[in-house]
Amino acid sequence: MHELSLAQNIIETVKQNVTAGELGKVREVIVEVGAFSGVVADSLKFSFEAINAGTELKNAVMKIIDIPFCLRCIDCGNETSTEIPMLLCSICGSSNTQILSGDELRVKELKIEEE
Amino acid sequence: MEIIKIERKVLAKNDAIASEIRGKFEENGVFAINMVSSPGSGKTSLVEKIIENFSGRVNISVIEGDVQTDLDAQRVSAYNVPVVQIITNGGCHLEANLVNDSLKNLDLVQTDLLIIENVGNLVCPAGYDLGEDMKVVVISVTEGDDKPLKYPKMFINSKVLVINKTDLLPYVNCKIEQLKQNALKINPALQVFEVSCTSGEGVGKFCDFLESSI
Repeated sequence: MHELSLAQNIIETVKQNVTAGELGKVREVIVEVGAFSGVVADSLKFSFEAINAGTELKNAVMKIIDIPFCLRCIDCGNETSTEIPMLLCSICGSSNTQILSGDELRVKELKIEEE
Repeated sequence: MEIIKIERKVLAKNDAIASEIRGKFEENGVFAINMVSSPGSGKTSLVEKIIENFSGRVNISVIEGDVQTDLDAQRVSAYNVPVVQIITNGGCHLEANLVNDSLKNLDLVQTDLLIIENVGNLVCPAGYDLGEDMKVVVISVTEGDDKPLKYPKMFINSKVLVINKTDLLPYVNCKIEQLKQNALKINPALQVFEVSCTSGEGVGKFCDFLESSI
C-alpha cells in the first residue's frame, strides 16, 4: 500500500507546475499507469482525493490512462501482450525481447479551468 | 480548458536520489545489492551466511529495513559488521531518501559490499530504485512454485534469484524445476542460485558469484 506516498508525489508535481493562483483551478490530473507498474489505480485515486479534501486542490479529479503490457520480440518481430508480463516471447520462445510499455507511472498532463 | 503537459515520472524524485546514491557508491568502490523477498523467505539468514563466507576477505556493511523493531540489526551486528537499521513505521518498502540518510552512519570507503535488506514484501519494493547495482530476489521453496507468476514485476526488475530453504524440498509441495521455469519465463536473464541457509548448501556458489561482481 504505497499509493498514498505516490499520490503525495503526484500532488507535489502538480504544485510545481502551476502558479499559486492556478492551484484552485486544476480540474484534471491525467496519470498514466502501466499494467505492471505495481499500482492499484483505484487506491491511487482514493489517496489523491483523500489528501486533497479541504485544500485548494479539492476539485481536482485524477484520470487514469491504463497502459497495457507490450513486448517486442527482436527475433521473430512480433509484438505481444500477455496477461502476466513475461519477457519470454510467447510466440517463438525467444528471450531476445524488449518491453515497449507497461511499467509507466507518469503524470502526463493537467487540465486547468480558464477564466 | 488549458492543458499543461507534464510527462514526469511519479517516482522522479526517488530516482534522482537513487542516482545520487549510485554516484557515492561508484566514488567509493562500493558494490550494492538490494535484497527483496516476501517476509520469512530467509533474507536475514542469507545475509548472515554471506558475512560468514566473506569473513576476512570482503568488507561488508548492511542496511536493514523493517516495518518495526531492530531485531534484524541485532542479529547482524553479532557478526561485527557495520549495520544500520531503518524502521519504516508501517511503510511497506525502502525509499531512496531513507537509504541516503542512513549512509551517513556507514563508512563507504571501508565498504566493498553493501547489502540492503529491504522490507519483506514482493510488491512495492520492486518499483523503488535505491541506487543498488542489482536487486536480488529471494524466494523460499515453502512459498510455492507459482510465486514468480503472481509477482512478476519483482522478478522482471531483479538480476538474481536465490531459491532458499532447498533442504525443505522433500516436505513441501514445490517443484523447483517448475519454480525456475516460471521465473525464467518472466525474466529469462535471471541468474538462479539454489541455497539452504540451514545446511549451507549452495551458499558458496552464490558468494562466488557476488565476489566476481564486486
